[in-house]
Amino acid sequence: MTKARIYISYKPTVLDPQGNTIRTALHHLGFADVASVRMGKYLEVELSTDDTERARAEVDAMCRQLLANPVIESYRFDLETLP
Amino acid sequence: MSIGIVQFPGSNCDYDCLHVARAVLRQEADLVWHQETNLAPYDALVLPGGFSYGDYLRSGSIARFSPVMAAVTGFARAGGLVLGICNGFQILAEAGLVPGALLRNQALEFRCRWAHVRVESTASPFLAAYRPGQVLRMPIAHGDGNYVADPDTLSRMRDAGQIALRYCDAAGEITPAANPNGSVDNIAGVCNEAGNVFALMPHPERCAEPLLGSSDGLGMWQALAAAVAPAPVRA
Repeated sequence: MTKARIYISYKPTVLDPQGNTIRTALHHLGFADVASVRMGKYLEVELSTDDTERARAEVDAMCRQLLANPVIESYRFDLETLP
Repeated sequence: MSIGIVQFPGSNCDYDCLHVARAVLRQEADLVWHQETNLAPYDALVLPGGFSYGDYLRSGSIARFSPVMAAVTGFARAGGLVLGICNGFQILAEAGLVPGALLRNQALEFRCRWAHVRVESTASPFLAAYRPGQVLRMPIAHGDGNYVADPDTLSRMRDAGQIALRYCDAAGEITPAANPNGSVDNIAGVCNEAGNVFALMPHPERCAEPLLGSSDGLGMWQALAAAVAPAPVRA
């Protein structure tokens, strides 16, 4: 088994209304140091293969086709071989 | 021959669209389940509003891979008229049939109210019934209508007349206050390069009859009706 941890975030050029609202809320709570918040998505996908290269190619294809929208989002992921 | 209204799990404006097609336009129209792959019986297609697949992942992102969508893409590439309303806009954007993407409304509120939009371009046959600069009063009802596209795409769209509708005030002025969702350049509706695929966040099916308080959306439906070939005459 291989576990993929996938992180999807808005591209820097895309405004993130939810992130901005969270930043404002953090300021209200007194976290004055918060300069910016960007909200994204985190997915865990388990694949029934131990072949890391195969898993990497598959997860990359999943991200490109469905999990991230290349118009507004970028992605990165790491892989862990499960016992 | 008829108008096909594509029904995804979670569509909820499908019957409103069917009503307009049948009762207002007096056209043949049918619901098309998302697993259908043969669109040969249809002269024009509507992707109605709703919350396909619960808006999971991103609005429209799962519906975009429904079996019917390969056929919708083929239909659009062949020049067939495709109208995407609200969630239908989101699905068409996810499918790459119109440029850009739709993010969460800037105010993070679901906005359900009347809005004014200005016709910016009549390049699409869907807007042939209107004149540039015309102000329409139409209802909106969405949480993810914040349209974005990168500056290069926007500039290409502007040159090609693909920016079809923009939110404005009652006098037709494009102002930040008239923008219900934070969309770039107040964009409310766009079309593809050829103009045959038209997508908008406002709901033309909810303003196609005077009874509903506005019939400003009727012209968009009339474009669909015009595309429907007359039924063959029986000998």
